[in-house]
Order: sequence, then structure tokens, then C-alpha cells
Amino acid sequence: MAKSPFKRYSGFSLLRNALSNHRRWPRAWRDPEPRKSYDVIIVGAGGHGLATAYYLAKLHGVKNIAVLEKGWLGGGNTGRNTTIVRSNYMLDGNANFYEHSLKLWEGLSKELNYNVMFSQRGVLNLAHSDSEMESFAIRGNAMRLNGIDAELLLPDQIRQMVPHLDCSQSTRYPIFGGLLQERGGTARHDAVAWGYARGADALGVDIIQNCEVSGIRVKDNRVVGVDTNRGSIDAPKVGLAVAGNSGRLAAMAGLKLPIESHVLQAMVTEPLKPIIHTVVTSGASHVYINQTDKGEVLFGGDLDLYNSYAQRGNLPRIEYVVQSVLTLFPCLRRVRLMRTWGGVMDMSMDGSPIIGKLPIDGMYFNGGWCYGGFKATPGSGWCFAHTIANDEPHELNKALSLERFETGALLDEKGSGAFAFSH
Amino acid sequence: MLLIPCPWCGKRAQTEFTYRGDATVERPDLADSDSQWYDYVYTRDNPRGEHTEWWHHTGGCRKWFKVRRNTWTHEVISSEPPVRD
Ligand SMILES: Cc1cc2nc3c(=O)[nH]c(=O)nc-3n(C[C@H](O)[C@H](O)[C@H](O)COP(=O)(O)OP(=O)(O)OC[C@H]3O[C@@H](n4cnc5c(N)ncnc54)[C@H](O)[C@@H]3O)c2cc1C
Ligand SMILES: [Zn+2]
Repeated sequence: MAKSPFKRYSGFSLLRNALSNHRRWPRAWRDPEPRKSYDVIIVGAGGHGLATAYYLAKLHGVKNIAVLEKGWLGGGNTGRNTTIVRSNYMLDGNANFYEHSLKLWEGLSKELNYNVMFSQRGVLNLAHSDSEMESFAIRGNAMRLNGIDAELLLPDQIRQMVPHLDCSQSTRYPIFGGLLQERGGTARHDAVAWGYARGADALGVDIIQNCEVSGIRVKDNRVVGVDTNRGSIDAPKVGLAVAGNSGRLAAMAGLKLPIESHVLQAMVTEPLKPIIHTVVTSGASHVYINQTDKGEVLFGGDLDLYNSYAQRGNLPRIEYVVQSVLTLFPCLRRVRLMRTWGGVMDMSMDGSPIIGKLPIDGMYFNGGWCYGGFKATPGSGWCFAHTIANDEPHELNKALSLERFETGALLDEKGSGAFAFSH
Repeated sequence: MLLIPCPWCGKRAQTEFTYRGDATVERPDLADSDSQWYDYVYTRDNPRGEHTEWWHHTGGCRKWFKVRRNTWTHEVISSEPPVRD
């Protein structure tokens, strides 16, 4: 197998390449032709698919892995999200999984020899009523019992932490307090895809871009391979990690999922000097805000709230999100929006993800990430790799099975019911 | 901005409406199997393309109706009162 040498990035390599005017950096990953067959095919080269391939090769010794991507790697939701990383969940099935993921984030740049710019600047959820404060106390206590950091803050502490936030009584949604997870933060989304891609490629994984899966071949309830625009490829194991396209891929195998596709938008302002040093979220109108390292204020809100496969949304949602941001940060009123975009989200019926086996032998599914799959990237790849290699879930993703919808063991954090768009 | 054609009020801005999702799922009989109920409550065809869906004219006549809309292009194709197909 053509193995690309793992050319480590270091101060020394930077210096050496500076001396040759940065013209001799090696490719970060190969561009291989698809082979006739593989041991494992992963469909979708977003963060989740790439991380899965990386851990399959690294921790489970699987050789002959292909990741098939219809566009370019990291061009899906991985490259479109608001980059928030946290593990502030209440239910055990979610909390332990996301905390495992957060622990992997803490060592990720070193693990991949790639700076994913993980910044533990804290994630602050604002409470706007007494009852919301109470529910935050419950969630915070549940988190602490699971060994996850959580701190309940009073308005004074919040005013000090985020001085530009409107903490007055005259605002539309006065602030009663908040729940802070200090170890939460942000990361550079593209770097996560690129870091995992480079790491997987160095371990021999074939990452095949511009390769769209158009059919899944199944014989006697066992998967045998996939059809693509670059020919048929055989494999005894196929893992799906295609986010908003989950329904389409499942349909190719004759399956229906408890998932709907919806468009979620995000937007950035022109760059400013640093003014917001942590991630701020508010459930009153549903917004989440942080300032990127480039200085742009980056924020998002609700879905457009109708089924959609379009990677673009509509203006009413943008207007509403902007209004929500301005109620919290009136000082941003004269700042201009620079860009808006959308991603197609895999919304599950209980708001929690699925990592597990499908009812066809050799087929595995990773999806249903809703608003929060970026933070799951390392843990998701780690658990999905374990599930594929051992043909059974790890303890950490047992509760995230597809069967939970049939058995009733749902993971509905907010108890909002079986509407994909309500989570 | 989507323009949603209410069968009673005509084309109005999407902000007047509330969306409720797939209008092709049908409630099974109480005696039907668990798997039929599972399908009804949870699984969806989730097509990329034409989709029949419920909308409610919340800020207007407050009636429910079905819209046929393309989930890929956002083109609204037709709408009709809540009749059985
Ligand atoms: C606007 C927005 C904001 C968000 N904010 C956050 C946040 O702050 N924090 C957070 O944790 N999460 C957030 N998310 C969610 C997060 O981005 C996703 O859950 C996560 O990135 C999903 O990663 P993925 O690898 O599963 O999917 P993707 O990155 O979408 O990768 C799936 C890949 O599959 C490919 N594919 C699809 N169909 C086929 C096919 N037929 N053949 C081959 N390849 C195919 C696609 O091209 C795509 O590259 C946000 C999402 C959006 C859209
Ligand atoms: Zn009407």
C-alpha cells in the first residue's frame, strides 16, 4: 500500500520551509484512485467520517479503508458550523459520550500534530427567568455528578465576565443568571477536518473526493458494496456519516430513519477588536454567539423550520437571529454583517444522535447530530470506529442506538417530543 | 422569503405561517403493530425533492392545509385544503 510518509509539522519544519519560501511543503494528503474493494468504506468525508477512518486505522489496526466524499472533504456541515464545543448535557447517555469527546478535544492538536486551535474560553448559557435558573441548577448538578465541570453564575458575575452584554432590567429578556462550562469553547472547524484527513491518510486511508455514492448493494440482508460515479466498490462493511444526506443514503439500502433534513443558517460580522471572550448562548430567542480569532462575531439561531436540502436559508430567520443578538449586545448595532450561509442538518426525532448498527449486516450509521455534531467529532469517530471494528457499540455509544426509538429509551434532553425541528 | 399559498387567503409571506412537517404519515389503528406505530411517530421518507407537508396560517385564517414544496430548490408547487388523497 502506498503509505505517505508522516511529515511532522514542527518549529523546525516551519523554519526549513521558510528558507525555501514555503514552496516545498509536502501535500497534506494523497488524491488516490478508488480501488476495486476495501475492508471498510466510510461514506462522507466530514469530520465524523474522517475521524472514524483515523481511529479505525490507528486504534483498531484496520487496513484498506476508503472514505468516499461527493464534494470536497470538510465542505459539509463540518465547514459550516459555529464551532462551539461543550459537554453540558443532563442525560447520562449523552453526557458521558460528549464528555469523552471533550477529553479527546483537549489532546487533539497533539494527537494529530495539527493545530485545531481548540480554545477553552468557556460556554455560558444565559437564564432569563427563575424557572430557567432552576433547570440550569438541575442540569449543572447532573453534570457534576457525571464528573463534568459546571458552575451556576449570578448576574453580577456575568456582567464582569461579559461586560458588553446588556444585563439591565429594561432589556427584552433580563438576565437572571447562567450556567458556565469553563472547559467548553471553540475550535477551528476546517482544521479539524484537515487534521483528521492528514492523519488518516498517513495511516494509509484512501480519501476519495468527488466520489458520490449513488447506490448501496445488499445481498441476503448483508452489504456487499456501493455504486459511485467513479465505479462500483466492494466492501463487507459500510459506515454512513453523511449528516443531512442520511435519509437519502438509508433509502438506497431500503431503510427509513427517524431523521429529517433541515437547513440551519449562521453568519459573521466584519472583524472587530476582541470584545466577547467566551461563548454566549441564550435560549430565550435561541442564539449562540462567539467571536472568532479573526475578530468576526459569529452567530446562529434556530433552523428555518421547514424540511430542506438546500445549503441556503431565507431572510426572515436571519433578521430574527440578528434581532436576538442585538438585544443581548446592543453595542453591535452598527456593525455590518459580512456573510451568511446554511448547512443541511440531520435532525433526529429526539434531538440526540445515533451511532450504531443498521438492520443490514455490515452496515453502520452515524447521524442525527442536530445542532451539535461539531463538538462530537472526536468522540463520534472514536465510538463509530469501535462499533464498526467490533460489530457492536462501545459502552459510550450504547444508549445512542437506532433501536432506542422502537424500545422507547429516548434521549430527549428537553422533553420536546417527536418533531425533528423542535430540538 | 417563501410565499406560501393559503387555499383561502392566497399567497402570503412565510412569517405568517407555522410548519408542522410531513403530511403523508397516517395515524395507525390502536390495534396496529408496534412497528406501524414506530413508523408513524418516528420514521420519515425525508425526500430531497417534492414533499407534501402541513402548514398552518397562524397569522391569518388559522386553518391547516397541505403544501407541495421542493425541499431542494424551495419551489412551492401547490397547496390544497386538508383532504384525504
Ligand atoms: C450553521 C450551523 C451551525 C452549527 N453549529 C454547531 C456548533 O456550534 N457546535 C456543534 O457542535 N455543532 C454545530 N453544528 C452541527 C455540526 O456542524 C455537524 O453536526 C457536524 O459538523 C457534522 O459532521 P459530519 O461529518 O457528520 O457531517 P458533514 O461535515 O456534513 O459531512 C458529511 C459529508 O458527507 C458527504 N456526502 C453526502 N452525501 C454523500 C454521498 N451520496 N456520497 C458521498 N458523500 C456524501 C457530504 O458532501 C459531506 O461532506 C452546526 C451546523 C450548522 C449547519
Ligand atoms: Zn389563510
